[in-house]
Amino acid sequence: MSAVAGRRTPRPVSIASFAQARNVRRDDEHNEVEMLMPVVAEVFGTIGITKDDIDFICSGSTDYLIGGPFSFVTALDAVGVWPPKSESHVEMDGAWALYEAWVLLQEGEIDAALVYCFGRSSPGNLNEILALQLDPYYVAPLWPDPVSLAALQARALIDAGKATEADFAAIASRSRRDALDNPKAQVANDIPAEKLLEDEYIVSPLRRHALPPITDGVAAIVLAAGDKARQWSKPVWITGLDHRIETHSLGARDLTSSPSTARAAEGAGVSDGPIDVAEIHAPFAHQEIILKEALGLDETVVVNPSGGPLAANPLMSAGLIRIGEAATRISSGRAHRAVAHATSGPCLQQNLVCVLEGE
Amino acid sequence: MADRDDTAAAGDLGPVTTLATPIRLDFEFTPGVAQSRFLRGLERGRFIGQRCPKCGMVYVPSRGSCPTDGVPTTEDVELANVGTVTTYCVVNVPFAGQSIEIPYICAQVLLDGANISFMGLIQEIPADQIRMGMRVEAVWVDPDRLTPSLASVRYFRPNGEPDADYESFKEYL
Amino acid sequence: MPESEALHASHRLEYPYARSVGPVIGAFLTGLRDGRLLGVRGSGGSVIVPPTEYDPDTGDDTGEVVEVGPGGVVESWAWVPDPLPKHPSDRPFAWALIRLDGADTALLHAVDSGGPDRLATGDRVTVRFRPAAERIGSMADIEAFVPEGGAA
Repeated sequence: MSAVAGRRTPRPVSIASFAQARNVRRDDEHNEVEMLMPVVAEVFGTIGITKDDIDFICSGSTDYLIGGPFSFVTALDAVGVWPPKSESHVEMDGAWALYEAWVLLQEGEIDAALVYCFGRSSPGNLNEILALQLDPYYVAPLWPDPVSLAALQARALIDAGKATEADFAAIASRSRRDALDNPKAQVANDIPAEKLLEDEYIVSPLRRHALPPITDGVAAIVLAAGDKARQWSKPVWITGLDHRIETHSLGARDLTSSPSTARAAEGAGVSDGPIDVAEIHAPFAHQEIILKEALGLDETVVVNPSGGPLAANPLMSAGLIRIGEAATRISSGRAHRAVAHATSGPCLQQNLVCVLEGE
Repeated sequence: MADRDDTAAAGDLGPVTTLATPIRLDFEFTPGVAQSRFLRGLERGRFIGQRCPKCGMVYVPSRGSCPTDGVPTTEDVELANVGTVTTYCVVNVPFAGQSIEIPYICAQVLLDGANISFMGLIQEIPADQIRMGMRVEAVWVDPDRLTPSLASVRYFRPNGEPDADYESFKEYL
Repeated sequence: MPESEALHASHRLEYPYARSVGPVIGAFLTGLRDGRLLGVRGSGGSVIVPPTEYDPDTGDDTGEVVEVGPGGVVESWAWVPDPLPKHPSDRPFAWALIRLDGADTALLHAVDSGGPDRLATGDRVTVRFRPAAERIGSMADIEAFVPEGGAA
């Protein structure tokens, strides 16, 4: 154990089940309830439980994406919450909804939670919607889009001598090649990095390949503790979970590093043992370099075998999907100990780190 | 860059205390498959609900799932044009954008055959004569003006039937 | 269109927000309207621009207002070949993080350099305000930053 002040061994909680929709550029046929229902049915069905086995529900979404109020309330119809359930919602990626459910499970009064999230990026204009998460006085009035802000970070990384455009292309090439084995991926192909470097700049120094796709997608996880953890599935234990945030002021941050990720990694105990696989929520290719360093991962760690967010980036879901993908690597026997990461805000402002371990 | 005259001219305006940050966003929205069926029904002058295959409840409009059981509602059910006022309020307060003369009645209407009520405007009755249990019928716009929108229903009005028993709708308040 | 397919409709969401800015942000915006760039001193002595009510490193209240700029150094930049409708420029420009003279943090704004080959990290730029009559106390009072020496 590392010496983090106040850190204690958490109550063992298992990722009992994980499901996600096939990630697509645009699902303009279904509402949120209709997108979620099959995924909720699958996340229960694969371990043979029903909503009646669940003690608590927490979801992650943002109404800004569809421009309609209270979609997070109507989405509960996908689960069925009568008689009334204990329920909560975060205006965050589902990974933070999982964090809330995990904290409640730590209290020891409940043993099972459903976490779900949904993000339809297609109805609106993400470049404008994501500007609204920025400082409303100094930054949002200029309407900087997420690609431009990420490009400022990528340039800083290049100027600091920590990466080159060829590195970005190599990450994009590898991610989308790995995604060929992921039936839920949106963008999967086998294009060599040298070829990708012929892409045009969207906002320099970011070429098209270094950007995430725009994705509609939903995902769900069942968390289990106590007897249920073993009854429902072969346990994949959460051995550490932490999240940290940095100032919203971009100009006050060193964009070439991620101290909040490093702190969360320490809190979650990433370095307590060897890591086999990492699922990293790096929507822009260059961010994988920053995050690998902050997580303390060396070259032996398999990064984003699912293809990661460069293969599918459903807002509000891509972080929870990292946790689900990492858990799946363990439950299928391809890894023993994994780290999953989720991010939120511009240029990796807020970061969550989850360490998972098989038996 | 500001020249000297620029800077001097602004001197006596007082401090800036507010900042206007207007937001305008455009969306392409879909109500989904189930609600689209409801809306297409309105275009034909019909109320279309959906039945839960598990508990048998009929929802109108349906969002595609049973909010009790969390399972898809796939069976369409055409509902009657008449229903019962389960509860109501009388609006006496004017507000911006109001298009109806006050006082007017806003009621929850439980259509015959449905297990959930929805909000409707009640007209053709003085506001002080509305009551729980009153039987009402939908009045639609002219057939050539029907659209896949609730604007196709002009309002509900009393249909002359005797009031419904409280026992028959007390579960829907 | 077959009966089973979902309907679609466009809709527009508008929020006419007017925000109270408070004394610290208010001082900065008043400065912009008056054609000056202002920062604030943090608890560790650093000068924070644009100013915040608290020092982001310590959380302590910030102190005196300090005039900075009008020139500064580009810390990072990103070239936008095709500006979006709401961007602050309708012709190609660079977003840049600019550390103004006298400041310890960087301000985000547009740089009008005329081309990506005319801008580099470390370059000096200076502020170009809109005419006084058009300034209202907002970030848009700055039209853009331009390379020092007037390359654009």
